[in-house]
Amino acid sequence: MVRFKRLAGLVGLAVCFASAQGIAAGGSTHMEPADIDPNNVASLQRGARNFMNFCSGCHSAQYVRYKTVGKYLELSEEQLVDNLMFNADKTFETIQASMPSDDAKRWYGVAPPDLSLTARAKGVDYVYNFLKGFYVEEGSPTGVNNLVLSGTSMPHVLWELQGYQAANFSHHENEDGSVTTTFEGFEMLSPGSMDAEDYDEFVRDTVNFLAYIAEPIRSDRRKLGVWVLMFLIFFFILASMLKKQIWKDVK
Amino acid sequence: MAKIEAEVGKPQGGFIKWIDDRFPMTSTLKYHVTEYYASKNFNWWYIFGVLAFVVLAIQLLTGIFLTMNYKPAAADAFASVEYIMRDVEWGWLIRYMHSTGASFFFIVVYLHMYRAMLYGSYKKPRELIWLIGMMIFFVLMAEGFAGYLLPWGQMSYWGAQVIISLFGAIPWVGDALVEIIRGDYSISDITLNRFFALHVILLPLILIALVFVHIVALHEVGSNNPDGIDIKKHKDANGKPLDGIAFHPYHTSKDLVGITVFLMIFSAVVFFAPDMGGYFLEHANFEPANLTATPEHIAPVWYFTPFYAILRAVPDKLWGFILFGLSVVLPVFLPWLDRSRVRSIRYRGWIYKSALATFTVTFLALGWLGTMPADGLYVMMARVFSVLYFAFFLLMPYYTSIDKTKPEPDRVVYHG
Repeated sequence: MVRFKRLAGLVGLAVCFASAQGIAAGGSTHMEPADIDPNNVASLQRGARNFMNFCSGCHSAQYVRYKTVGKYLELSEEQLVDNLMFNADKTFETIQASMPSDDAKRWYGVAPPDLSLTARAKGVDYVYNFLKGFYVEEGSPTGVNNLVLSGTSMPHVLWELQGYQAANFSHHENEDGSVTTTFEGFEMLSPGSMDAEDYDEFVRDTVNFLAYIAEPIRSDRRKLGVWVLMFLIFFFILASMLKKQIWKDVK
Repeated sequence: MAKIEAEVGKPQGGFIKWIDDRFPMTSTLKYHVTEYYASKNFNWWYIFGVLAFVVLAIQLLTGIFLTMNYKPAAADAFASVEYIMRDVEWGWLIRYMHSTGASFFFIVVYLHMYRAMLYGSYKKPRELIWLIGMMIFFVLMAEGFAGYLLPWGQMSYWGAQVIISLFGAIPWVGDALVEIIRGDYSISDITLNRFFALHVILLPLILIALVFVHIVALHEVGSNNPDGIDIKKHKDANGKPLDGIAFHPYHTSKDLVGITVFLMIFSAVVFFAPDMGGYFLEHANFEPANLTATPEHIAPVWYFTPFYAILRAVPDKLWGFILFGLSVVLPVFLPWLDRSRVRSIRYRGWIYKSALATFTVTFLALGWLGTMPADGLYVMMARVFSVLYFAFFLLMPYYTSIDKTKPEPDRVVYHG
């Protein structure tokens, strides 16, 4: 029995290790945790609305079908067609950007990336802080820069909601003459239609939706996993009893 | 005439006998299964051989179904993997089992090899089993490497770029060799195609053949045990070793318990942490290969990192490659490097015990360092551990011959 406890301990350790790594991944100095709730269907629905209204004009999610969105978000076919599908007729279609990517390349110098897997590739914290990280910078082609992705060619699409903010940096001269720049905080220059709390919620819902489309099967696989493990525990008991029975005569 | 009548009269003649007269079925089953005697005192270190077999089966089965939906073309590969993950019925499960299986293959095989080091299983008369096993390990590395390119993600592409370019360090033939491997001047659609062919046909065929030979060689000399002593010294009147029990039903029923525990761990990863925090599925691999953007930090997948750390620890490109190659190949010589009179760690002296403990820490540390950026302190640490790694093997003939061993027991130690 001691051996099995040891094994169980190992499994626990491995899982802890994996989740700790997951949190640590993509860590940067200014990352605030996105703190999303994948089980909150209302948040996911709001996120889908945000995505279709503010993101899908330029960004595709080419691996995601509308009906997949509807399935876990508890939306009927009519609801999908009426509220989310702006440039598609059938729910089996994938989410395509409204803006042709050739034009996008000409206008922004780079085609806006597909967002199907962004939350998984970059991490949810990255996306959350990116969407909150735009600040005014004189001389930049879009008038803004971003704290998370410096020099991004994406304009501050959500300025009407968040407003325009400035970033304050302090400069510290080191002994060897180099200068260390430290981010001190944001300062709101012209507020948007939302206060800070509502905007956080808006971004969080959107990131939640992006995390969902990055792996739509996530909640199903966890549910199935519980059943599989329960079966294996049951089977383990049977197998142990069988072994004991067969080994009775081994002296 | 009388003989035939006697056989016809036997109740259990029939179909089995018809086959046995034409094919050694019953005798083979007896030899390899029901009358193959292995020591009764196997501990849990002895599960990893059968687990490697289980993982091989998982990889072959899931691999077949992945092949039905995967498209080995640079333009389609990434999208076809997402198609499997999202649109193919149960595709996500098959893909996660295969990607998790790849990592578990190495975990299980590393532990299987470590078991051999604990109990001296590579020593006479089992040198050939060890050699075949090392060949399996090399083929497995090639198989893992080829398979890692197939999803055509950023890390697939750039990881392969780094590893293949290593061969360019070989003088004279290096550049030509790199071109032969890639089939092109850079990693391209052509490379992906040939890696697919190697991954699904040639390497699995070699792997299965080697596993077969590995087991045949094992059954010729018999399994070692945690005491490292020969159980065939004491036999009963029928020639059955006193400390041996039949593979079936004794070891099979015990293995079934071990396999179930393994499947629990395996399922925990597949269903709850298939990325394993970016170690089993790397974050950067969720972006399609971009030939114009090099990722900030390129690291091979975790099971290659101990050797990769040694490669980066050497400042010279050619010597780095040589020592990298040497670090992979050195374990082949263990049967002849080890001069100890006893096999098992149980009866070895403190010198070998400390050497193996140091090696364990060294291998884990190198594995960790291989995932870290090649910055000042990390490189210094990798150098120290590389020296320890080579010292373990190269000094082995000396320290195992002066190590004071304990007397081995006559019969295996077994507490019911």
